[in-house]
Amino acid sequence: MTSTIPATPDRGGPAQPLLIVRDLKKYFPVRRGVLERERKFVHAVDGVSFSITKGTTLGIVGESGCGKSTTARLIAKLMDPDSGTLIFDGEGVGEFRGLELKSFRQSLQMVFQDSFASLNPRLTIVETIAYGPKAHGLTTAEATERARALLARVGLEPDQFGSRYPHELSGGQRQRVNIARALAFNPRLVILDEAVAALDKSVQAQVLNLLQELKAEHQLTYLFISHDLHVVHYLCDEVMVMYLGQVVEIGPVEQIYGQAAHPYTRALLSAVPSTDPAHRTEKPPLAGDPPNPINPPPGCRFRDRCPHVEAVCAQSPALLPARNLPGHQVACHINDPQSGHSAIALEQAA
Amino acid sequence: MSAPLVVVKDLGVQFHGSRIASALNNVSFDLQPGEVLGLLGESGSGKSVTLRTLLRLHAPRTTRISGSIHVDGQDVLALQGRALDAYRGGVASMVFQEPGLAFDPVYTIGQQITEAIRAHEKISETSARAQALQMLERVQIPQARRRFDAYPHELSGGMRQRAMIALALACKPKLLLADEPTTALDATVQIQILLLLRELQRETGMAVIFVTHDIGAAVEVADRIAVMYAGRIVEDNTVAGIVQAPRHPYSAGLLASTVSAEHRGQPLVAIPGAPPNLAALPPGCSFAPRCTQASARCRSEIPPVLADGATRLACWHPLVPA
Repeated sequence: MTSTIPATPDRGGPAQPLLIVRDLKKYFPVRRGVLERERKFVHAVDGVSFSITKGTTLGIVGESGCGKSTTARLIAKLMDPDSGTLIFDGEGVGEFRGLELKSFRQSLQMVFQDSFASLNPRLTIVETIAYGPKAHGLTTAEATERARALLARVGLEPDQFGSRYPHELSGGQRQRVNIARALAFNPRLVILDEAVAALDKSVQAQVLNLLQELKAEHQLTYLFISHDLHVVHYLCDEVMVMYLGQVVEIGPVEQIYGQAAHPYTRALLSAVPSTDPAHRTEKPPLAGDPPNPINPPPGCRFRDRCPHVEAVCAQSPALLPARNLPGHQVACHINDPQSGHSAIALEQAA
Repeated sequence: MSAPLVVVKDLGVQFHGSRIASALNNVSFDLQPGEVLGLLGESGSGKSVTLRTLLRLHAPRTTRISGSIHVDGQDVLALQGRALDAYRGGVASMVFQEPGLAFDPVYTIGQQITEAIRAHEKISETSARAQALQMLERVQIPQARRRFDAYPHELSGGMRQRAMIALALACKPKLLLADEPTTALDATVQIQILLLLRELQRETGMAVIFVTHDIGAAVEVADRIAVMYAGRIVEDNTVAGIVQAPRHPYSAGLLASTVSAEHRGQPLVAIPGAPPNLAALPPGCSFAPRCTQASARCRSEIPPVLADGATRLACWHPLVPA
């Protein structure tokens, strides 16, 4: 048995969510106007809360600028949130008497979209994969041996590829190296931020298969960020839909794809191009582009593009349970009988 | 049928750098006026190179082109000077993937469209501006009068792509070349642009060559799809033919590896391996190293493109439609 970094033990048992995120916020300041006096803020992530069950895959979908990547970076502690707490397997992250940052970082690894930019061009791929375990206390020999075993596992022959540099590999091979590097820490949560988006279709299928196998072998939990709704439907157990920094709907994948409750989720799903030449899309579900997240107006942020907008939408809708189903939540007045929105009767009949 | 608008015959493109890369090999196709052809393929398959060669955008010093291209009766590869300028934009025009990079950042959208119109037609500044504004309205830019004086960076991604389409169509080309026009856009905006292109094509009756790696996008706009692999067209058929009964193992593999909900819980049928290096193509069929049907003949002889009615196929062992 090769020596490895021990994985952080499972403390809370299966009922304890692996990660609980509470009220995460991040505003980026932008300066405008004469002498840059006018201060405005990009509300990149604005009060995001969710939890991930152990051994499942949570997908985050949304258009560019909706805050999905910022959410991932805040969770990975690549940047500090303005407010909000992270609870990893029952322990507060970075808090007094909580989980130390170093062991949190070992338990959580990330794979990025740009497979080339995320590898050090001056290290061979074995050195890249062995770097982390060495930093966590393994000897060079142990770390190298572990790196070679992982390379073989992700489908790259260590004797043939181990001493190559990132520029000598194809995009799909580089993304396999990034996955091996993430696994070298024995993580429990892997954040995949558009990890297959830059790959060609035929290679993307190979990497998705690899991710599924590794998840079963290592009892991993995935946070999968993507704009590709087909891939999310295929891979994820739960789906969270974001719009302008806020969660608009979250629920089990079949609920979201079968019975979406938020008008934005429905529009997003029907914007997927048809693959049946006899049934082409006839009308775009939404007009216009997603608005700018700088100082968004109060109230529902989707109301400018929403077909069901009414006076009540000037107030922010709360994230409430939808359709009396456990785990399915939606932030829309149509869903809330107390709101007085006229489409409620229609919704309850559906 | 009338004479085809585009006739491409045995087109070959090689890039000479430190190595020689064969980006296109013996590509032939015809396009009727008003027809929409989708070129489908992965990165390096030669789909963008085909478009760029049709507009003669490659640097002549490092590019060797063989074969012939005729568009609207003109020999495109022989065009020089003013004739080439008149061809670009006047007969064939292009919409690029990144509208942010294709516009000049220091001129307004309106100035750029007006300039393009005046370069092709002898008309006054005022009437050219009026035409440009009309084009912006035609591509459904809201508040077109206000956007006319906007700089490219002041527009959102979807709006910029609409302006790019207005610029491309400003001189009423007979052929529109669209190079992944929706890849950089968000899902809800992508579908708007696809439907806009389809609508404009119907209105103007222009022919379109639409390059994409997304089968869905091709299905939404194209009449016919040509699947490209390693610089060759491997299969060419109607959209329904390609999607419902692919005959080349690569087309079939591409469709099978397209993720959909029915596959949930089971591994995807992935094509093994990776696309070949264009500087060192295998001697036979370039797909043979990744093909489950490959025989000794596939590895030594390049399969010819055989036409069967409207369909064309280059494979020694085509799949039999079920």
